[in-house]
Amino acid sequence: MTTDPEWVLSLENVSKNFGGVKALTKVSFRVKPGEVHCLAGENGCGKSTLIKIITGVYTPSSGAKLNILGKEIEHITPALAREMGISVIWQDLALFPHMSVAENISFDEVVGFWPKLVRTESFKPKVEAILKRLNVEMDLDEPIKDLPIAQRQIVAIARALMGNAKLIFMDEPTSSLTQSETKMLMRIVQKLSEDGVAVVFVSHRLAEVLAISSQVTVLRDGHLVGVFPTEGMTQTKLAELMTNLTLVNEVTATPDIDTESILEIENLSRENEFQNVSLNIKKGEIVGLTGLIGAGRTELAHALIGMTKPTSGTIRLGGKEVNFSSIRDAILEGIAYVSEDRLSLGLIQPQSITDNIVTTVLNRILTFMGFVSTKKKESMVNYWIKELAIRIGEPSDAVSTLSGGNQQRVVLAKWLATEPQLMILDNPTVGVDVGARAGIFRIVKSLAEQGMGILLISDEVHEVHFNSDRVLVMTNGEINLEHNPLEHSVEQLESIVYA
Amino acid sequence: MPRLKLLANYTVEMRLLVVLVIMCFGLSLASDQFLSLGNLTSLLNNNAVNLIWAVGLLVVLISGGIDISFAVAASVVQYVAAYCFGFLGGGNWILGFLVSGLIGIGLGLINATLIHGFRIISIVITIATFNAFFGLLMFFTSGRNIYNLPSWWTSRIFIFEHQSANGTWSELNLAVAVMIGCVVATWILIRFTGTGRQLYAFGDNPEAARRAGVNIALMQAVAYGWMGMMAGIAGLMQVNIVKEVIPNALYGRELEVLAAVVLGGARLGGGKGSILGCLLGVMFVAITQNGLNLLGVSPFAFQMIIGGSILIAVSTSNIQIGSDLFKNPGKYIRTRY
Repeated sequence: MTTDPEWVLSLENVSKNFGGVKALTKVSFRVKPGEVHCLAGENGCGKSTLIKIITGVYTPSSGAKLNILGKEIEHITPALAREMGISVIWQDLALFPHMSVAENISFDEVVGFWPKLVRTESFKPKVEAILKRLNVEMDLDEPIKDLPIAQRQIVAIARALMGNAKLIFMDEPTSSLTQSETKMLMRIVQKLSEDGVAVVFVSHRLAEVLAISSQVTVLRDGHLVGVFPTEGMTQTKLAELMTNLTLVNEVTATPDIDTESILEIENLSRENEFQNVSLNIKKGEIVGLTGLIGAGRTELAHALIGMTKPTSGTIRLGGKEVNFSSIRDAILEGIAYVSEDRLSLGLIQPQSITDNIVTTVLNRILTFMGFVSTKKKESMVNYWIKELAIRIGEPSDAVSTLSGGNQQRVVLAKWLATEPQLMILDNPTVGVDVGARAGIFRIVKSLAEQGMGILLISDEVHEVHFNSDRVLVMTNGEINLEHNPLEHSVEQLESIVYA
Repeated sequence: MPRLKLLANYTVEMRLLVVLVIMCFGLSLASDQFLSLGNLTSLLNNNAVNLIWAVGLLVVLISGGIDISFAVAASVVQYVAAYCFGFLGGGNWILGFLVSGLIGIGLGLINATLIHGFRIISIVITIATFNAFFGLLMFFTSGRNIYNLPSWWTSRIFIFEHQSANGTWSELNLAVAVMIGCVVATWILIRFTGTGRQLYAFGDNPEAARRAGVNIALMQAVAYGWMGMMAGIAGLMQVNIVKEVIPNALYGRELEVLAAVVLGGARLGGGKGSILGCLLGVMFVAITQNGLNLLGVSPFAFQMIIGGSILIAVSTSNIQIGSDLFKNPGKYIRTRY
């Protein structure tokens, strides 16, 4: 055993080009043993390229120096990286859903070219020891597909530890966790850190970055911006470092909106989801709805658009009581729902931008013969691309070629084309860069100014505070607080939500 | 509790077992022949070839692929092997297994190479090779049968013989012993080797397997090579039973075997399937057919019943999820797997 090296990982002068595109330019990156470090930057800044270089998936341009645990490494391969104790937990976790917990955790031990005899039983003592070290209890024979996401995450961590990891990269680990699950994950990370295992978070959730890590390395456009201690760092400052833009967080609420109501909900309940919810959205009003994940926000939205049936209570739209039996009904009555999961539900990724925008309004762009009119289609698409300033190559390009922010604008265009009077936005900035978020909210604000009612659902307390006229807080299926951004601070709201 | 857990992990197999036991009980009441030793041994004799194919196909299904070409490949093996034995001066059982196993592996590797090399889904490739193998076979043989086969190949070998009180003989032939060998070998491969674990992993989540360093080309080669080997051995044993080589004798058997393996709980998407389920699936199909024969039901009803069983098996295994989906759609919308 050599003495503890100063750095568990030290990279210097790393560059990588893909064709003519410079993905990374002379980046250096260091992690101390047992440190909780954060690698931050917007999508496309080179974070994942850097990880792939460290784990040997990509080879950097010449001149790069890679040092793991005090050893100079000439050429790193995925197998060598794992052997040296570097392990990556990808965002999708890369687990095997039909295999058991024990089989998943011990999987890397069975990988190999030559056949060898293996028995899951023989791995179990070691697997148990690792789970014990993490202070979690789990049924080793349970298939992964039956576990909640948070438990799967723990399985992935245990799998990394099975290979004696000294440094674990976690790619957006909390994007699908609830608040309490995130807290549990943080406790485990803390434990790892005490045991001398360094953890690098790759994330663009700013609040989290600051809460857990002690150091943050910021990348922008393939360049190193710098390494900063998280103490004394604010979200705004970090966002500015990542985007190189001056971001102003100002409350945009309009005081005393006095128009007629678009949506009135009274005592709406659905078994096991939400109870006695009453809310009211006026014309031109942006109502924020926040709370922990699992509080029943999305479930409420589903009931509003007719995806599920409430067990009791009334919904009135424009003064008229409605009872939707399908989403189609809701669309026809002027409700648009921008769902949370843009990747799989909001857009048909391989189809063109044009086709995505017109899917909701095909019946309005027909010729008299009943075929889709190319002319009407084009003029509608061009109108919305201009109106929302969507940055695209050609309208015929696949949606998957667009950035997160522009994809979200396509989703908005698709729903705005239905000319709704009420729009429900469910976590509209998930996967959208910090810089592009402001643009989305500018659009939302201008829609409200034109008289549309908006229900803005979000996990991020900051988002609803700064962008809504009033904020409702949902806890355990009930709305139990109304917050006025003009009178109270975002910290007050935070303390209530996370209480 | 652990016992119950085991049942929960083998839901499909346990259901099938219960259905099978009820069926056997019913048939034994309805027909006094059903439970006779003669009927049971002939059930095994008649299904040995299907079972050998089934365990080969199971490995392919676990790895996330499918193979339509194996029955036709078995015919190709029979012809090429018959030619080889003539060339080798007659041959014997050892050479027989070697030659037919190797030719089978070769044909399987053609599938694996095409699937891996061109990254084309297995069903398309194996439908193509199914047609190519059969077309070439019919072309070169002009559809001629071979009756003049080495005597070792066509001689009857019994591993079990018994004469009952009324004088009828019941026996198990060599194919049953070979089948048992193939089943045990496949069981060891998928259950107790690192290769087997990697096959499940590859079928379950190919991208995750690739990132974990699983050699994908090797996995395809093992899966389709194993299937090919089983096809070759099944072809060899089928000749031993029928004592002739007919080019189109096995054509069409693939769907019957596929149906049986899927009934036994193997997942078409890969990553799931067991030897037990595979055996039960084949026996379910076999006993259904046998029972209908004994009861004197039209053979046309058989296809219909197998089709219906697949529909029931597949849809009931989804019912739980279905009712849950109705109650809580959000849960399924957000789940990745």
